[in-house]
Order: sequence, then C-alpha cells, then structure tokens
Amino acid sequence: MAEFPGELHYLESHEWARVEEDGSVTVGISDHAQDELGDVVFVELPEIDSEVIAKQEAGVVESVKAASDIYAPVSGTVIAINDKLEEEPEIVNDSPYDDGWFFKISPTDLDELKSLLSAAEYKESCEDDAH
Amino acid sequence: MGQQTQLYALHNAAGAKLVDFAGWDMPVHYGSQIEEHHAVRRHAGVFDVSHMTIVEISGADSSSYLDLLLANDINRLQEQGKAIYSAMLNETGHVLDDLIVYLVPSGYLMVVNCATREKDLAWMQRCSEGLDVKLAERQDLAILAVQGPKARQLIDQVVDDPRRQVIDSLKVFQGKWYEDWFIARTGYTGERGFEIMLPGAAAQNLWQKLVAAGVKPIGLGARDTLRLEGGMNLYGNDMDETVSPLESNMAGTVVLGDRNFVGAQAIREEISRGPAKLLVGLVLHEKGVLRAHYPVYCGDQLVGEITSGAYSPTLNRSIAMARVSTAKGDFSVEIRGRTVPVELVHPPFVRNGKQVYKAWQAD
Repeated sequence: MAEFPGELHYLESHEWARVEEDGSVTVGISDHAQDELGDVVFVELPEIDSEVIAKQEAGVVESVKAASDIYAPVSGTVIAINDKLEEEPEIVNDSPYDDGWFFKISPTDLDELKSLLSAAEYKESCEDDAH
Repeated sequence: MGQQTQLYALHNAAGAKLVDFAGWDMPVHYGSQIEEHHAVRRHAGVFDVSHMTIVEISGADSSSYLDLLLANDINRLQEQGKAIYSAMLNETGHVLDDLIVYLVPSGYLMVVNCATREKDLAWMQRCSEGLDVKLAERQDLAILAVQGPKARQLIDQVVDDPRRQVIDSLKVFQGKWYEDWFIARTGYTGERGFEIMLPGAAAQNLWQKLVAAGVKPIGLGARDTLRLEGGMNLYGNDMDETVSPLESNMAGTVVLGDRNFVGAQAIREEISRGPAKLLVGLVLHEKGVLRAHYPVYCGDQLVGEITSGAYSPTLNRSIAMARVSTAKGDFSVEIRGRTVPVELVHPPFVRNGKQVYKAWQAD
C-alpha cells in the first residue's frame, strides 16, 4: 500500500510539498504517483534561481509508462535541485519522500500551501481516481 | 474483470500489477519493469503469453491454403517442426496480422495475436472455403516463453529426460510436440530461449519450478521493451490494416516469385511504384523518451511519426521505430514541444545482450 505521510501537503496532480525549518519548501512526487508511473527513467528539473508559479509546470518525470509534468505546489525561486536524479532516477521509486525529492523552493507566500490537500484528502482523491 | 489465463493465481501471488490487455487481465510487471528487462538480457525470465491464439491447421489442402493465406512461402518449410514468420494480408496488400507457423505431423500449428483473434479466425475461415482444411483453436493450452542466456540451462534442470532431449535437439525457429507439450526454440525478445505450449496444470507446475530455479517472472511491460530492442514489430503499433509489409520493415518476409497469395497483386503494384513509406529505427542520444505518435521531422518537414518508442534499459537511452516518407536528411522528433535530433538506424537495436544497431544506409 502506498504511504501518505501526514506532515506533507499534496497536489491532486501527485506532487508533495514539505516546509523545512528554514522556511524553504521541498517538492517531490508521491508514493502513489511513483507506483502508478512504474520505473522512473528520466527527470527534468527546473534551473536553480528560476521562478516557478504555483500549480504551473516546473519539470517533467518520464517513466517506462508515461511522461508527466511536475507542477510547483507554491510560487517562488528554485534554490536547490536534486542532482542525484540525473544519474539515478530510480531513487524516485525507491524513496519518493526522502532521497527522491525533486527541487526546493524559496516561497513567495507560504499561505499558498493552504489551498493544497492534506494527506487524508489526497489519499481520498487517489482512491477516487481508482474507481 | 477480464479473461484470465491459467496462471492468474500465480501472478497475483507473485505481486503482479495486472492490466487489461485486449480483454485479458495480464501482468504488466511484478515490481520493476527495468529489473525484469535486465533479467532476460542477463539471466532468464518466464512470460505467460497464454492470451495468444493457437490454431491447428489440418486437411489435405493445408499447404495450398497457407500458400494462399500467407505472404511468406509455406513451401520453405521442408523439415518437421521448422517455422516461418509471416504477414497475413488482405486483398489490398495491407497487414491483417503477423504470425508464426510450424510444420507439424498433423499439418501446421499457427500462433496469431490475441487482439486480432476474432478478425483472424473469421478471415482464415473465409479463405478456407471450398478447401479440405480444418481449423481448430487450442484454447486449452497455456503458453510460457522462457527467454535469456540461461533459459536452456534452467529449463533443462526442471524438465524430465525426454523433454530435455527434445529441447536439446531443436534448431533455431523449430518446435516439436512431446506428448501434450509443444516446445519451440522461438521468442520475442532478441535473446535465446523457448516458447512452450502446454496444458494449464502443467504450465502452473512448470512456472513454479522455473521460478524456484531462479527464472524471473516477466510482465508485458518488459516484453515490449525487449521486443523493441530486438527490432521486432508489434501488431497494432508498428503495422496494421493501413500499411503494407513493405512499409513495415517486413519485405524480407514477403516471397513473391510467381505466387498468388492474397494481396500479392497489390504488393507487385506497390513495388512497381515504390512504397510510400518505410519503417526505420531511431536512437535518441540525449535525455528524454521517444513515445508512440510523436511527430518525426526531416529538416523542417513533418515526414512521419513514431510507431513504438521506449526507454531502452540495455542501451540506457531511448529508442523507437518510426514510419517515415523519406530516410535521407537530418531527423528530429518533437518531444512535448521540444525538438530533439535523432539518429536513423536499422533495427534490431540489441541482440543477445549486445548493442547491434547500424546507422541507416539510404538507398
């Protein structure tokens, strides 16, 4: 069964967002998403210092099955990307919530997180998709 | 809920992710498609392909019937058990299906695709009218494909002596009956291996013994990337009723001479005017994944589209087959709004674990 950590915020499009102690927001895709995609073979990340806009495309994840856009959960500036995914995209499958993170944002307005889904709401939305 | 093969419970027990495939609930993978792909290239894997359609052909007119039905020449089969790969064409010379047919003591044994089953059977029945030909579908048989460099060694460990002797006697593209098993040295991976048709209970038993011997269960996902690397067409993707075998990299399987098979006249006309399109291989040397239906450009001109595309685990880059109207020039593919250069090549891409593709030589 897929995991849905309670401390994260989610988009219906399967990204998660975690607020770090320094106020930055880390972004990745959910366990449910990696399971649906199958083996991830390629990840395209935004450039450091680029601006991303909430709920707009910020990257791409390609798996054996499909290509999917990655949406930014909040607006802001990209301050870090996970270089490891370049050589080892399978980390996304092995560790979607930890080592498989995609990028970090310095957010413009953390209040944007309020429009995201809680773990329970996101889990429900995944279950709805399955029916 | 779709149709289930006789190995369905074993797939579930092995943690398969099941998907609908032409009305059948089939395993797409058992955890990691890429690991399964590598297992077949480096060791051995077992596939349940029982959804495919087996037809026995018997009767005094069987040979002349298949001479009419198939674009490849059935009279090439002189030795018991030998097989040919062929297209079955309609009157306009387009591909109804691709298939394999073996010469067997009772006549012929044919395997056609699952998704085309009803259409094929109806067509084959129609073409047999007025001839002494009997068609009998063998829905009772399961089919296991055991493929990979260790396939023979591991099958030999789990079957009895007489079956081992059959296995060891087979030439490439040859199959033989032993009791109620038909064992063939064929496959759809570009790797050495066997395909075995056998009753359901025996298939369950063989599957379990193979898995216990270290043969990895392989889903349809890896089957697709293996066959693509192997340069083998997939009906419905790389060819269908809108294209000819000449436009599908299958010219080598069409034997014209003075033969008069269904579609032969259309093929002769096509040769005289030159095929409008051709099926080529593509290799992407930068990151990204080529996928079916992406547009293919030569210079600025749209010249065709990808028919099958995937990430190749063996080559660690994306490969594809594409149907194009020209093979001369600089080619690129549009991937989600981004145009990337691709290399035109002759499939196969991989054989027996090794990269083998060659740059396309324009005529």
